[in-house]
Amino acid sequence: MSVVRAVAPPDNDKTLFGFWVYLMTDCVFFASLFATYAVLHTSTFGGPGSAQLFDLPPVLAETFILLTSSFTAGLAMLAAHRGNKHQVLGWLMVTFVLGAAFLGLELKEFHHLATTGNSWRRSGFLSAFFTLVGTHGLHISVGLVWMGVLMTKVWRSGLTAVNLKRLTLVSLFWHFLDIIWIFIFTMVYLMGSLS
Amino acid sequence: MKRTPSPLAAYVTGFGLSLVLTLAAYLLVTGRLFSNQVLIYLIAALALIQFGVQMVFFLHLGQESRPRWKLLVMGFMVMVVVILVVGSIWIMNNLSYHSLSPSQVNTYIHNQDGL
Repeated sequence: MSVVRAVAPPDNDKTLFGFWVYLMTDCVFFASLFATYAVLHTSTFGGPGSAQLFDLPPVLAETFILLTSSFTAGLAMLAAHRGNKHQVLGWLMVTFVLGAAFLGLELKEFHHLATTGNSWRRSGFLSAFFTLVGTHGLHISVGLVWMGVLMTKVWRSGLTAVNLKRLTLVSLFWHFLDIIWIFIFTMVYLMGSLS
Repeated sequence: MKRTPSPLAAYVTGFGLSLVLTLAAYLLVTGRLFSNQVLIYLIAALALIQFGVQMVFFLHLGQESRPRWKLLVMGFMVMVVVILVVGSIWIMNNLSYHSLSPSQVNTYIHNQDGL
């Protein structure tokens, strides 16, 4: 019926508001990791700094992949409010695959750094880097598991009110992770390549 | 069925703007179009704009009716984040400054203030 209300669920929804408060506190948690990184990023202990270590094109690819997955998560929400179960599953699947591709690229970078002698044990800078980016990656992994579970739930019981609410929460979570990544991309990678 | 889906338009707008902002920041940095100092301010501004874009178009901020609790909680979050990040950088730089030797202080003042 109401297309506009469909995207923004009723404000008086306590679950939704509670989840929003959680997301905001998670922002504060990430901020403490960002502050740690900002303070430690020059403490390389004689090792390589961010300008030598990071390769920008793959990171740009990661950024576009995550951004696209945030968009497709939104499309899944729209399909859910139209009541189209198959489209919901389809877009969730696309989001899941893109999220997994992002995680794969990130792990590849971590593996490359660790095997070339630049693991988190190398310097304060790398400890802060692995903690910040790794925590984001951990959130992505949790989001992927959550999305996978939700897909089987939607597939089995359809777009029930409960599943619709879960879907709203997981898409909020996913958009939030994309926002955190903007700052990692800007502060760690882009600014890092300047120093 | 001619009701145009405005929510879809919001997602498409948000996606398009985010793509442009990301690419702009990337090209500014890889092209080294300005001095480092200017570039840092520019890409920080682009990131903040993209934060706003995604908050509005993806997370639907500003669509709630009064009282705007979500906005209020977000405002508090931004306050804590600014105090935490700016405060940490400020204090730790100050600490590094105070642990310099007298000759290092001269070099520092020379570099920072051009004296």
